[in-house]
Amino acid sequence: MRAGAETGRNGSAWRFSVVMSAPGAAVTFVLILFALALVLFLSLRGNDGSLLGNGFTTGNYATILSDDLYGMVMLRSLAISGAVTLATLAAAYPVAYFLAFRAGRWRGLILFLVTLPFWTSYLLRVFAWKIVLAYNGVLNSALLSLGVLSEPSLLFLNTPYAVVVTLAHAYAPFAILPIFVALQTIPGSLLEAASDLGARPARTVLRVVLPISMPGVLAAALVVFVPTVGDYVTPSLVGGPSSTMIGSLIQAQFGKANDWPFGAALSVSVMLVILATVAIVRLADRRFGSRS
Amino acid sequence: MTAAASPSEDRGHLLGFYVVAYIVFLYLPVALIPIFSFNDSIQAAFPLKGFTLQWYASLAGNAAIAGALVNSLVIALVAASVATLCGVTVAYLDVHGQTRFSALVSGLSRLPILIPGVIVGIALLILVNLIGLGPSRTAIVMGHVLVCLPTTVVIMRGRFAAIPKTIAEAASDLGAREFLVFRKAVLPLAWPAVGSAFTLAFLTSFDEFIVAFFLAGTEPTLPLYIWSQLRFPKSLPVVMALGTLILAVSVVLVTVAELLRRRQPRMAAGR
Repeated sequence: MRAGAETGRNGSAWRFSVVMSAPGAAVTFVLILFALALVLFLSLRGNDGSLLGNGFTTGNYATILSDDLYGMVMLRSLAISGAVTLATLAAAYPVAYFLAFRAGRWRGLILFLVTLPFWTSYLLRVFAWKIVLAYNGVLNSALLSLGVLSEPSLLFLNTPYAVVVTLAHAYAPFAILPIFVALQTIPGSLLEAASDLGARPARTVLRVVLPISMPGVLAAALVVFVPTVGDYVTPSLVGGPSSTMIGSLIQAQFGKANDWPFGAALSVSVMLVILATVAIVRLADRRFGSRS
Repeated sequence: MTAAASPSEDRGHLLGFYVVAYIVFLYLPVALIPIFSFNDSIQAAFPLKGFTLQWYASLAGNAAIAGALVNSLVIALVAASVATLCGVTVAYLDVHGQTRFSALVSGLSRLPILIPGVIVGIALLILVNLIGLGPSRTAIVMGHVLVCLPTTVVIMRGRFAAIPKTIAEAASDLGAREFLVFRKAVLPLAWPAVGSAFTLAFLTSFDEFIVAFFLAGTEPTLPLYIWSQLRFPKSLPVVMALGTLILAVSVVLVTVAELLRRRQPRMAAGR
């Protein structure tokens, strides 16, 4: 853009790009890059109660690696959000498929209905599950009145399963859109060709539709996995002590425990896990990309 | 592409039933909140005890809720304005400028999708303490700008990319400089998308909890107020009345944003 700044016209072009770049550059460099660099910096400091800590140390990371608690909570977070991701994708795929190939004139309405909850309070959606799963909650009273249970069960609330169900529900709309967009790119002629060559519908879906839509599936997996792996609202509302996730531990370091450098180190570890996941997804993406 | 007359007709019906069941599953738990907000009992349990508006009545005189509502509205307005401004400029430069710098900024602005809310919260908490601002409404605005940024950039990028480049080129050939091309030729075609991006950013900020949790000073937002009340069983019915109102407003705003977004193609075709 700056090539040939001799003329006044190019001067104005330069001014334009400076003015237009300013808001985005300020926000991304200061609030994203600088703030993340601060987290990284703090994670390498000792805790003396001051804002930026004192002295450089790798002790925070050593603690995370040596104390089994953190590895276990990290694995549990991965297991829970992995289960949530799988459940969300499996439930969303048929809906996206229907939207792309079968919905007809209902497409706009269904698309609107499945994305609407996405924009309503996440806190309220999680809280709704607490009403469902509680001791005197909806599920228990329904099962009592149906005669399935003779007394209310305590087993629904405060389990990792409650966390998985609640998160899978809260993040359900996130998965549909990316898959739907990927499915939409599949030309109908391809499906007809598969059918002409004798493939049954199930086989067509498995061998033709699924591989082509894989990039959308992987994108959906990321947008569900990333926020759920760091979630601490759902575990604390419906999960109980046996389903503490890494987000709760980070939050505790900045609250009760008051060890910010250690909390920063935990955050960096989570980001590394997420980066590794993104890298794996990218690799998988490329594989599927080369196949289709 | 409609279902051709094939042995898959039955399967098509099955799929339709599945979609209906999925939508029911999506809405059923959320529907409980309005139902219990009209229920004349402290307990959120079936069978329902009777119809009442008392929980809504007690909302009206609650100063804490009114204060939190004002905080949420102010924060959402400012955060959505900043996020929309950034979204429009970043997306415009990404689509029309195509320098390496603008591509970098555009890529960075979508990065918050890959950062869990907890980490956005603590990163900004460290930042605002470092610059001496501390947890405050301004701090929450900064956090919400980050949370909303990917949405506004993606919406505006989609819109700018859909406007034929020839329109900007024609304006430029006729002697309009960059500001004029942006303001008079491209932006008018993108207004509905700007409205849609702003509305969705507003809603995201209004409902956001995790980031605000770290950055709030003495003035809570509405979700923070709700969170503080969740552990008192006595205040749950009032929380559900409040939640019902928030849901209703959210639904109306999303509908408006959707209508604005759909107006785009027709507008572009009309020119």
